Amino acid sequence: MTQQNYDVAVIGGGLHGLCSALHLARAGKRVLVLERHWTGRHASGATAAGVRTLNRDRRELDLSLLSMELWPQLYDIVGDDCGFHAGGQICVAEDETAMERLRSRVEALQRDGYTHEELIDQDELRRWLPKISPHCVGASLARDNGAADPHRALSAFRRSVLKAGATLREQCGVENIERRGQDWLLHTNQGQWTVPMIVNAAGAWSARIAAMVGDHIPLGTKSSMMMVSERTEHFIKPVVSILGRSLSFKQSDQGTLVIGGGLQGVPDLDKETSTARMRVLAKGARAACDLFPEVQDLRIVRVWAGLEAATKDLLPIIGPSPNAPGVYHAFGFSGHGFQLVPIVGLVIKELIVDGGTDKPIDELGASRLMNEPEVEKVTPQ
Amino acid sequence: MNKEIDLFIVGAGPAGMNAAVEARRHGLTVMLADDQPAPGGQIWRAVEQAADGPLGRILGDEYRQGAQTVSDFRACGADYLPLSQVWQIEEGWHVYLTTDEQARIVKAKNVLLATGAQERPAPFPGWTLPGVMTVGAAQILLKTSGQVPEEPVWVAGSGPLVLIYIKQLLEAGGRVAGWLNTAPERNWQRGIAHLPGALASWRDLKKGYGWMQAIRKAGVPIHEQITDLRAHGEGRLTELSFRSGGKEHRVPADVLLIHEGVVPSIHMSRSLYCEMTWLSGQQCFAPKVNEWGMSSQDGIYIAGDGAGIAGAKAAGLRGRIAGLAVSMRAGRISGEAAQQRAADWRSELQRELSLRPLLEAMYPPRESVKRPSDETIVCRCEELTAGDIRKAAKLGRPGPNQIKAYTRAGMGPCQGRQCGYTIANILAEEQQRPVSEVGFYRIRPPLKPLTLGELASLDDKEQAK
Amino acid sequence: MFRPLLDSGAETLTIYIDGEAVQARPGETVAAVMLRQSSPITRTTPVHGAPRAPYCMMGVCFECLATVDGIGSTQTCMVPVREGMKIERQHGKRSVA
Repeated sequence: MTQQNYDVAVIGGGLHGLCSALHLARAGKRVLVLERHWTGRHASGATAAGVRTLNRDRRELDLSLLSMELWPQLYDIVGDDCGFHAGGQICVAEDETAMERLRSRVEALQRDGYTHEELIDQDELRRWLPKISPHCVGASLARDNGAADPHRALSAFRRSVLKAGATLREQCGVENIERRGQDWLLHTNQGQWTVPMIVNAAGAWSARIAAMVGDHIPLGTKSSMMMVSERTEHFIKPVVSILGRSLSFKQSDQGTLVIGGGLQGVPDLDKETSTARMRVLAKGARAACDLFPEVQDLRIVRVWAGLEAATKDLLPIIGPSPNAPGVYHAFGFSGHGFQLVPIVGLVIKELIVDGGTDKPIDELGASRLMNEPEVEKVTPQ
Repeated sequence: MNKEIDLFIVGAGPAGMNAAVEARRHGLTVMLADDQPAPGGQIWRAVEQAADGPLGRILGDEYRQGAQTVSDFRACGADYLPLSQVWQIEEGWHVYLTTDEQARIVKAKNVLLATGAQERPAPFPGWTLPGVMTVGAAQILLKTSGQVPEEPVWVAGSGPLVLIYIKQLLEAGGRVAGWLNTAPERNWQRGIAHLPGALASWRDLKKGYGWMQAIRKAGVPIHEQITDLRAHGEGRLTELSFRSGGKEHRVPADVLLIHEGVVPSIHMSRSLYCEMTWLSGQQCFAPKVNEWGMSSQDGIYIAGDGAGIAGAKAAGLRGRIAGLAVSMRAGRISGEAAQQRAADWRSELQRELSLRPLLEAMYPPRESVKRPSDETIVCRCEELTAGDIRKAAKLGRPGPNQIKAYTRAGMGPCQGRQCGYTIANILAEEQQRPVSEVGFYRIRPPLKPLTLGELASLDDKEQAK
Repeated sequence: MFRPLLDSGAETLTIYIDGEAVQARPGETVAAVMLRQSSPITRTTPVHGAPRAPYCMMGVCFECLATVDGIGSTQTCMVPVREGMKIERQHGKRSVA
C-alpha cells in the first residue's frame, strides 16, 4: 500500500476525532484518521445527543457556550443541520429543596454575567411540559439548548472529512507508538505511518494511547445506559432532566423516547462491550413514570450501555500533551461531550496550525489529573 | 423469589418439557417459563385441548403424542409459569421475566434455552400486505382456533411443513387454489446423494412421500420453477402474480401462505454472547453446543430446534440430555452413570439427525429471498426497502450493526427477527463475502419490548425487599 | 379471511373489537378472532400508516399489535381471549393518553 506522507494522525473516528480532522484538513493539513472499527462505533454512536450548556461545570462552561453558538451553523460547517432542534433543556425540581439548589446556581451565574440559564415556576413549567407530573414545583431552563441526531451528525462529519481530503482508515487500530527523531511512528494492524503530530481522540481508550507517548493519565470508564421506546406522537419538545435523580428524557424526530441519565451498566474495555443491568435501569423507568405518568404503557424496544471515558472530575482533557511534543489530547468527556464537538475540533486545529488558542481550555489540561493516583474504574453517580 | 434454583428453562416445547422431566427425576429445583397459556411449544400447540377431538385426528399421531409429554411435564413437579415472558438474562444467572404485568428476577445456577425456531424471513414485493402469512401461522390457527382460510388458499414455498399443512387442510375440508412449489427443479436428485444416510429415518421418508402423493391425488394445482412472485392489493391482498416455467400468471387471492424453511431462534443465545456457528446445510446461524447441550457460556444450555433444526423427536432427546447434564453438574448422578443413561438417547438422536442432510438438500430457501428487489420491504417494522439497505451499504464496508445505525433497520419491535438474515444476505452479496463472515445483529435487552411501567415495577419490587 | 372449521358447540364468549361485540372461543387468541372479521387489519404502521395483519401467529413478527384492555402495542397472537376483553386497532404511532 502507498505510504503517503501525513502531517497529522487523528486516532479515533468518533465525533471529536472527525471534527478535529475536518478543520485540520480544511486548513491544508494532510490528515490521516485511524479508527479501530468504524466511525461512531462507541460513544458517538451511543449518545443521547443532548446539546446542553445547562448545568455545566463552570470550568468547561465558557467553552460550552462558545460551542453553543456553532450548533445553529452546522449546515454551513458540515452540510447538514444534524437534526439539531433548540427545543430547550429543562432541569426539573421535584420539591422545594431541589428548587432552592437550582435557584442558588442560577443566581450565582447571573451575578457573574451568565444569562443562558433561567428559573421557571410551576405554571411556566407546565406550559413547557404539559404532561409533567403535578408534583414538580419548578425548573431551570436553557432555551437555546436542545438535542440533535447522532447518526446524522456522524454521517455529516464523516462525509465532510472525506470531502476535505483527509484519509480515513477504518478497521485500523493503533497498537504501538514510538518516537522517531522529531516524529511519531505509529504501528497499526494495517501498516505503519510516521507523522509529526498526533491528535488523541480515542475515547475510552485514550489513556492507553496517551501511555504509548509517555503521558500517564488516570482515566476511568463509564457505561451509561439508555432505553428507547416505540414511536410515539410528539408530546415533548425540550430535553428533560431531574435534579437528584438519574434521568434524562427526550423525544427524537422519529417520535421515540430516548431515556438515559447516567445509570451505569458494566463496561469491558478489552472486549469493547458493555452489558446493561436491567435491575439498575428499572430506576430510570420508575423516574420516567414518576415524572410523566402517562408514559407507563409505552414500550421500551431497545436498551444499550455505552462505553466512554470518565475522568475523576468529570471534565474533559483538551490541550497539548504535557510530555509528548506534537501530541494533542481531546478526550475524557465523561458522558457530556456531544455538545462540545464543534468547538473542540476548532481548538485542536488552532493549537496545531496557529500554535495556540484563545479559547478557554486552561482548566482542562491533562496535568491537573496526572499527579493523582491511578484510578482503574470511575463509577460516578 | 430470593432462593437460587438449579435450572431455569425457557420454553415449554418438546425440548423444554423433556428437560424439566429429566431434571426433576434427579431432584433438581426447576422453573419453566413459557409465553403461551399451555405447554406444547409450536409443534404441540393447544394439544391438551385438541388431541382427543376431530382436530386431533386431522393433525395426526405425532401431534397427539405430544399430549403424553405435556401430561408428564405437568406431573413432574417443576414450577411452571405460563403466559410469562423472559426479557433479559444477565450473568449470575439472573432471569428477568414478566407475568401479569409484574416483572421479577429469578436467580438460577443453570439456564436452558428451549425457544425453538421461527420461519426463515422470505421477503418479496407485497409480502407485508394483510393476507400474506406464513404456513406456520396457518397451522397454528388450525391447532388453536380450528380455523382455515375462507377462500381457496395459495401456498408458495417448499419443505415438510408445506406438505403437512396442505394435507391437513385438505383433510379438514379446506381448499387450495394452488401451490407454488419453490423447491429447485428436480430437487429429489439433489437429495439422492444423502439417501443412504437418511435410510434410518425411512418411516419419515415414507410419510413425506405419502403426503406428496395425497396432495397430487387431491388435484391441487402445482406450479414449479417459480420466479417474480408478487402480492398485489390496496390495503390487503387481492391478487398474486408469478412466472412459472416462463409463463406469466395473475390470479385472485385472499390468503397467501409462504414458507422457505425454519431457522433456529437465536435471539436469546446471541444476547448472551454464546458463540455461534454457521450451518451451511441449513443456511443459518446456530449456537455452538457440546454433546451435553452446553453453550460456550458456562451454565447456559440450549436444546431443541434453537440449537439447530432437527424436529420434535430430536428436540425431546436433546432436552433430556440437557436435563441430565445439569443433574450431572449438580452432582446428582455420576459422569459414568450419565453417559450410560444417555447412550440410547444419543443413538436415537443420531437416527433423527440422519434425515436432515437430505431435507436440507431438497428444500433450500429459494434464491430470490436472499436477493430481494430494491422495491421489496426488508425491514417490516421500520418499512425499509432492500434499496435503502443497498444504498447504505455503499458507505465503507458496513456490517449489520452499522447498517442498523445508518438506516434504523432492526430497531423496531421485532428487533431484527424478520430482517436480520435479509440484511446479512444483502451485505454478503454487495460485499462479495459469505454470510457467515457478515454476521448478525448484536442483540440487546429487552428480548421483547416491555412497558416502562413493567420495568418500573421491578424497581418497586426491589425497593420493597 | 379465515373461518372456523367446526361448530364445536363449545361455549363462546364476547369480546369487543373497536367497540363491536364479536364471538370468540375459550383458548383462542385475539389475533385469531381478528382474522375472522371483515377487516383482518390489526394496525397501521407508525412510519407510513400502512395496514398490517397477523403474519406469524407466534410472536416473532409484531404485526398483530393492537391495544388490549388499554395497553397498546400488545401482540394479540399471544393473548388468550377473555370475556369482555376490549381490543382497539392501533393506528400509526402510539399516543400518550
